[in-house]
Amino acid sequence: MFKSMYNWIDERLDITPMWRDIADHEVPEHVNPAHHFSAFVYCFGGLTFFITVIQILSGMFLTMYYVPDIINAYYSVDYLQHQVAFGAIVRGMHHWGASLVIVMMFLHTLRVFFTGSYKAPREMNWIVGMLIFFVMLGLGFTGYLLPWDNKAYYATKVGLEIAGSVPYLGDYIKELMNGGTIVGAQTLTRFFAIHVFFLPGALLALLAGHFIMIRKQGISGPL
Amino acid sequence: MDHNKQQDTAHAPAQRKEMTRRQFLSYTLGGAGAFMAGGAILPMIRFAVDPILQKKEKGNFVKVIEESKVTSEPTEVKFKVHQVDGWYESDPKLSAWIAKGDDGKIFALSPVCKHLGCTVSWAAESPTEYHCPCHGARYTKDGKTLAVAPKSLDEYEVKLDNGWVYLGPIEPNTRA
Repeated sequence: MFKSMYNWIDERLDITPMWRDIADHEVPEHVNPAHHFSAFVYCFGGLTFFITVIQILSGMFLTMYYVPDIINAYYSVDYLQHQVAFGAIVRGMHHWGASLVIVMMFLHTLRVFFTGSYKAPREMNWIVGMLIFFVMLGLGFTGYLLPWDNKAYYATKVGLEIAGSVPYLGDYIKELMNGGTIVGAQTLTRFFAIHVFFLPGALLALLAGHFIMIRKQGISGPL
Repeated sequence: MDHNKQQDTAHAPAQRKEMTRRQFLSYTLGGAGAFMAGGAILPMIRFAVDPILQKKEKGNFVKVIEESKVTSEPTEVKFKVHQVDGWYESDPKLSAWIAKGDDGKIFALSPVCKHLGCTVSWAAESPTEYHCPCHGARYTKDGKTLAVAPKSLDEYEVKLDNGWVYLGPIEPNTRA
């Protein structure tokens, strides 16, 4: 049935070359764990992306219940965690995935570093990878405030004090991130907007660049 | 194990009615992939559809007016109900048009127009009709639709106790 549906669409739109172009490419022997088990280190990038997809999905679902408002944020999180079916699971995915994505990204970076994959002609992809790293840290920092509990509040306070310690510009950076002079209502909406719109948008653009460059340049050779 | 040899034995008898290696691998990988994707996505879907699966709370009866004060002329009564809306609890004000019917029974109509949900009131245009200001829907004293609205006005469940009228959940009109 799927085959005939696929053929029906393919006859009209000729989609086979499109996905062939994306999916049909050779995996060199030195990155295939079936040949050398130690090649599993080449999976970390893909695993990072896999967890990122889970983060995006679970985050989208969480916003069905969450409100970024200082009166209701905590109660809405409490409600979705304890009253909604699978709330603990969906929030758990987002919570643990957030840490896991950092771990996987770190392992991926180590692999790239120790295989020397950042060297010419792939320097630009290393730069883009570093930008992704900072965007991910930003997502972690802004997401941490959203439950609006004590931990979130004081973690953000400390984080903003650190931002405020930048020479000369510190006070401006801090006030801009605060959206005012205190960690409060405007900080929460600001962090929410950055967490769900600005940084994910930047992340998707950077990931696209990251992947296009890999396809263009191929996987780096064996050690 | 020698990979080339394995491949040869799998390829050699082409007419065998067994599953090919390619088929086996695509079923196994597809199955494992579907299982993993399902494990991630099903909880999210159940999470999203939770509102339609949650147990609806039975509305409580609220004391609104003394039985002796209800006449055959509809009067509006306002009352508060406790409402739990996710993490937000409130006591919104509702209103009902309460009257004694020709059969002597006390009934209470919901003022929500059955056309598009505006609020109707008694004797606003004609002294013996409910009228909705939005699109001119009209109803009889029993809430029976006369114009515009497709259905008659809803009723509150009525309970009488110790000389007081109590209103409960909303139900479809039983009098029209």
